[in-house]
Amino acid sequence: MHANSHRQAYWRKNIRLIGILMLIWFGVTFGMSYYARELSFDFFGWPFSFWMAAQGSPLVYVAIIAFYARSLERLDVVHGCEENES
Amino acid sequence: MSFMAAKKTSHNMQNKLNSGDAQGLESRFAFKAALNHVYKWYAAAFLAFVLALAVLEQFGLSRQWIGLIFLLATIGLYAGIGIMCRTTDAAEYYVAGRRVPAVYNGMATGADWMSAASFIGLAGTLYLTGYSGLAFIMGWTGGYCLVAFFLAPYLRKFGQFTIPDFLGERYGGHIPRLLGVIAAIFCSFTYVVAQIYGVGIITARLTGVAFELGIFLGLGGILLCSFLGGMRAVTWTQVTQYLVLIVAYLLPVVWLSVKQTGVPVPQAIYGYQLQKVTAREKELSLDPKELEVQQIFKQRASDLAAKLLDPSAALLADRVRATKVLSELKATDAPLSSIYAADRALTNLPKTTDAALKGWMLEKAEADAKSRPLNGMPPHAQQFAGDPAGDVSARDEFDVSRRNFLALVFCLMVGTAALPHILIRYYTVPSVKEARQSVTWSLLFIVLLYITAPALAVLVKYEVFTLVVGTPFDQLPDWITAWNKVDPNLLSVVDVNHDGLLQLNELSIGGDVIMLAAPAIGGLPYVVSGLVAAGGLAAALSTADGLLLTIASSLSHDVYYKMIDPNASTARRVTLSKVLLLVVALGAAYVASHKPADILFLVSAAFSFAAAAFFPALTLGIFWKRATGIAASLGMVAGLGTTLYYMALTQPWMRSLFKVTQPIELWWGIQPISAGVFGVPVGFAVIILFSLLTRRPDPAVQDLVEYVRYPSLTGPAKHPH
Repeated sequence: MHANSHRQAYWRKNIRLIGILMLIWFGVTFGMSYYARELSFDFFGWPFSFWMAAQGSPLVYVAIIAFYARSLERLDVVHGCEENES
Repeated sequence: MSFMAAKKTSHNMQNKLNSGDAQGLESRFAFKAALNHVYKWYAAAFLAFVLALAVLEQFGLSRQWIGLIFLLATIGLYAGIGIMCRTTDAAEYYVAGRRVPAVYNGMATGADWMSAASFIGLAGTLYLTGYSGLAFIMGWTGGYCLVAFFLAPYLRKFGQFTIPDFLGERYGGHIPRLLGVIAAIFCSFTYVVAQIYGVGIITARLTGVAFELGIFLGLGGILLCSFLGGMRAVTWTQVTQYLVLIVAYLLPVVWLSVKQTGVPVPQAIYGYQLQKVTAREKELSLDPKELEVQQIFKQRASDLAAKLLDPSAALLADRVRATKVLSELKATDAPLSSIYAADRALTNLPKTTDAALKGWMLEKAEADAKSRPLNGMPPHAQQFAGDPAGDVSARDEFDVSRRNFLALVFCLMVGTAALPHILIRYYTVPSVKEARQSVTWSLLFIVLLYITAPALAVLVKYEVFTLVVGTPFDQLPDWITAWNKVDPNLLSVVDVNHDGLLQLNELSIGGDVIMLAAPAIGGLPYVVSGLVAAGGLAAALSTADGLLLTIASSLSHDVYYKMIDPNASTARRVTLSKVLLLVVALGAAYVASHKPADILFLVSAAFSFAAAAFFPALTLGIFWKRATGIAASLGMVAGLGTTLYYMALTQPWMRSLFKVTQPIELWWGIQPISAGVFGVPVGFAVIILFSLLTRRPDPAVQDLVEYVRYPSLTGPAKHPH
């Protein structure tokens, strides 16, 4: 029973985290691109939206999946969901 | 030597892992330490090898030999790893024994992912299309977010061998599995043909052998590696290939950046070069000489348009004129050379009206492009075509161009997260935790190349726009004449307005040249050009390895073992897999040797197909317990069907294949390449709708979903390893 409620909490938090990160993903990918013309102020030489599409968003993607991997490792421990590795 | 040591450690470790020994984690660390050791030595040896060749070049080693040494040394290395890693064990053959550390799996995924198209084609696409090409950068990197959040950890927990495996277990019955096999083979086969085609081109360019021979040389490398050692050999080869390709990519770009800006970090500095390119674009679009050349091409285009109105009459007129010229020359005793020229002009005229029509249409398309400013390229930094503040048609053009950009990004992302040869890589790591970390490493290694490609495109553009354009024809840089000699289709210059100076619109440049010529543009010695070709070869071979293995495993594991003969022994399955791999590889090489013209379209289409076929069924299978088998099968068929239907209606080659004659009507202006933008939502909708209409899945299936979701659960799924 106890393990079960822990698991439900684990899954709920996982889904919420994915939701938040997907929002960032969506904003960076589709939001920024949609307003690319408007966002062309100078950013170290690049028009900002050009830099975002060429460099910024790939780096944001790396950052959010690294964050997700670390958060889930912690979540595994908190809710006793670590795998039995050894 | 040390590679063998690493293997021995790994063998001990596998036994420990299997017996649940408490030392499992410890020996996993030992295995990783041994790997670090091996690859450090490998990297040092590789650099020493390149330096030695560079020194030999100074002592007069010929280009032909440098190319040949590069080719034989790298293919020999990959084959050697394959022989060392040979195996007949199923878990070793299909998933490398599930003990690849996250970092190494990341590198292997990077090489698996980055194909000849990424390595050679991407910078060229960016050079030619500017901002709109960045859809590939975002699409091919952002897809890994979907892999990390929705697929990799859960597939690893599931822990079987293939992607159809998951569909089969989760949805029950043979139909979802079979649909998965069909879709996997369809996507992977077109892709592998393109890789082998790339191998042929690079080998031919590197050594001067014939294209067909190049294909079979490269095939030898692929086969020795994946045939004997399966996933185990492919994994360790892909790691070495990643190192080759990333060094080969970064070196010339860094050099070019130092040459132009003095800063060795091209990714951080090319914004200022982009500014200069934009300023130069404005100058060029007002330059009177450029306008003159554009005018000449405009005239050519309208002449061709007139011919196209009545092709048979025009061809007849051409023939009469050429015959008259020839007979006049003969009558006036003109020099032999001009008589020969006139004779050749006459024989070179198209033989049939159809041939003339085809040729003239191509010529007209080229002339049309060249009658536009900047050689038909959009201004590099300009986001989308058209103008949101302009008249109705300009506003419309802007909207459609933006919509297509977003749709392409969507299809490439979802397609990335659905390509089986990428997803199976996450079966090879030791744990769920490492699967999650491994996606981060994969993307990091991939991003390293993808944020460099836009820099390369801009640096080359700066070089062409400021240093090459406006140069007298007899003083053009060496790389222009050299590549013109290699293949005029890749690069050619013609003094259209006879002013002795090169205008931008007089230079025709193919996308592939940008990367291949980068070392020569930067003035680097030939050994770097050889390195770049070896990098392209590594990119193509590593992707081909992964794809061939995916196809062979689907057939031997899913079709033969799971559906035809469930009692087959492990050795028999692995042997069958090897035979199938050979057959598929030869088949792909056979198709590639015919140089299929529409292969590039098929490769991009593979993303839309994979997205529509796999993504809805896989993600709903994990995140929605209610999804049922019938619904998933229908959803996969509907998603694939919608995508195929739209392409058959709108893509010229597919239209001719399916004999579609009605006029092209795009839905919301979406290009056929992004057909997945319709297929994916249809797939989701069908699965959800029919799941609600059919009976809830068995408790056993629900247990499987639970098992996949929570890393701690030891559950219902069978655990072969």
